[in-house]
Amino acid sequence: MARRRWLGALLAGLLLPAPAPAADPAPGRVVSLNVCTDQLAMLVARPGQLYSVSYLARDADNSAMVEEAGAYLPNHGLAEEVFLMKPDLVLAGTYTAHGTVSLLRRLGFRVEEFPPETSFEDVRANLRRTGALLGNPARAEALVTAMDRELAALAAEKTPRLRTALAFSNSYTSGAGTLVSDVVRRAGLENIAETLGMTGLARLPLERLVLADPQLMAGVPTPAEKPALADQNFAHPAYRALAARTAGAPLENRLTVCGGPFTLKAARALQAAAMRAARASGAVRAETEKTTQNQMPKVAPSTGGSGQAAARSLAALPLLPALHAVEGTPE
Amino acid sequence: MTALRFQPVLAVLAAAAALLFLLSLAIGPAGATPAVSLRALFGGGEELMVLVMQEIRLPRALLGLIVGATLGLSGAALQGYLRNPLAEPGLIGISASASFGAVIALYTGLSALFALALPLMALAGAMLSVFVLQAMAGSDGRPLTVILTGVAISSFAGAMTSLVLNLSPNPFAATEIMFWMLGSLTDRSMPHVWLVLPFTLVGWALLLRLGRALDALSLGPDAAASMGVDLGRVQRLAILGTALSVGAATAVTGAIGFVGLVVPHVLRPLVGAQPSRLLPASALGGAVLLQSADILVRVIAPDRDIKLGVVTAIVGAPFFFWLVWSHRRSGL
Repeated sequence: MARRRWLGALLAGLLLPAPAPAADPAPGRVVSLNVCTDQLAMLVARPGQLYSVSYLARDADNSAMVEEAGAYLPNHGLAEEVFLMKPDLVLAGTYTAHGTVSLLRRLGFRVEEFPPETSFEDVRANLRRTGALLGNPARAEALVTAMDRELAALAAEKTPRLRTALAFSNSYTSGAGTLVSDVVRRAGLENIAETLGMTGLARLPLERLVLADPQLMAGVPTPAEKPALADQNFAHPAYRALAARTAGAPLENRLTVCGGPFTLKAARALQAAAMRAARASGAVRAETEKTTQNQMPKVAPSTGGSGQAAARSLAALPLLPALHAVEGTPE
Repeated sequence: MTALRFQPVLAVLAAAAALLFLLSLAIGPAGATPAVSLRALFGGGEELMVLVMQEIRLPRALLGLIVGATLGLSGAALQGYLRNPLAEPGLIGISASASFGAVIALYTGLSALFALALPLMALAGAMLSVFVLQAMAGSDGRPLTVILTGVAISSFAGAMTSLVLNLSPNPFAATEIMFWMLGSLTDRSMPHVWLVLPFTLVGWALLLRLGRALDALSLGPDAAASMGVDLGRVQRLAILGTALSVGAATAVTGAIGFVGLVVPHVLRPLVGAQPSRLLPASALGGAVLLQSADILVRVIAPDRDIKLGVVTAIVGAPFFFWLVWSHRRSGL
């Protein structure tokens, strides 16, 4: 199915010359080497204009546009591979292998490098720049307008400003100046890492995480079929005890690896989780005044479902199992 | 140098180990006062502090004690059994082989299905390396042969460990080679303690029973045999005891070098160079050294998770040079 689609796209690209007028400098064949520029290009490009995206764009753990990516030839970011594709424009990330980029430039290709997005501000800038480069500024502007409308809607919600903890593999967390931290801020929440003065991707020792006493937790382990020590922090009894007494929130890696309009879904999911947590704790507080129990119950159903499956069905967001609930915890 | 009396030496070492155990419990990024920490350890005070003390700091301090004692004891036993001043689980490849076994169990997902696979595979790796060492060097092998064989085993096991980690589909696995080669006690948990403890206790029991035989063996294998020492039994005890204790310890903390080398040498003159006395003293000394190292990594760089093997190597490597130098002059 996906195969036939890219074949179709390929044929369309080969048979129908770009319908651009002679004065239009828009590139007819664009190749992207980086999973973030892949997604920008897929969003903005005219039909038939984008020829190839990186293989990572098809990886459901790292890309929010897996389905769309099936329509393009995959590349592995190798200079030789790109050379044979004869693109008019190459899009790369500033962290794409420098050797490849400089080699392609020496071979006479036009390479445009994009820095990774660390905020929605950056997403706006990168979308507009992609629009200008691909000769489709109207499309980019429409995406920016739609995104801004949604950001305004997020800000308009009266979200309880919960202390939110983000836990990644190896006890890492996202501090100030990261896209994930901007997602937390836009969702109307307080990022514990920022409160503790952390910037960038930083280690948050388990001990400090526990004592920060979060009201909302988003844990993002790597999928279970790939075991490593890096994910043992999620199995640690102290982490599990904390997760059991704290409301869980979903945070999907694929939505936050790169910034794009899709990153809004991550903010919306966090906001929804915070609302549910606040409602539940409010309801419980009324109850606990009688029973003198001050534990906040888990809000998300703890079925321990795989993050992969959860990632597929954003429509069922309110029922998303808490990603950090590695084991079933009593309701 | 005259030997001090044996009992006081043991008492001082035990007191130091206990003191460092308490200090280890009191140190952490949370920065609570020792009084608050200790109260939380026994379940008093704030709920979250109790969680931190019981589930994060207690297992770390316990593992420092257990693994340190294991490394000190096995170092003393191996030096006596191989009659080689340079023998030590790290230097002769036992730790690296145990790491390799543990890495196979962990990264193939075997230990997720069956928790005991982790220590058992590490144990198998450790056992295999001792057999190879034995076969290559013989029971009265020259120190140089033992060390060279150990170097080969270490390099091979280290390379295979890197291979398994490189082939893992998990993006973090490749960086975890640091853990397996240098060791760390960071964020270990009580389940790790329970996983290690039975194996190490049995291993210690076997190694401590070697005392008399090692005393006799210090006169040479022939003299020992004529005194009625069963050399086959000594071999079984030494190999099995080392593999059990070092294998299990390495499975949860990675390979930590030099502890088993330094501790017996420092303590030997204090206990009158008698192997039967050196064994318990080295166990306590190992616990003292490893806990000091673990406290040091937390004090000098609390947020960087420096590996334990870095500190033990900074202490141990110059010591090793000095040892080689002094033996060279005395015509080893």
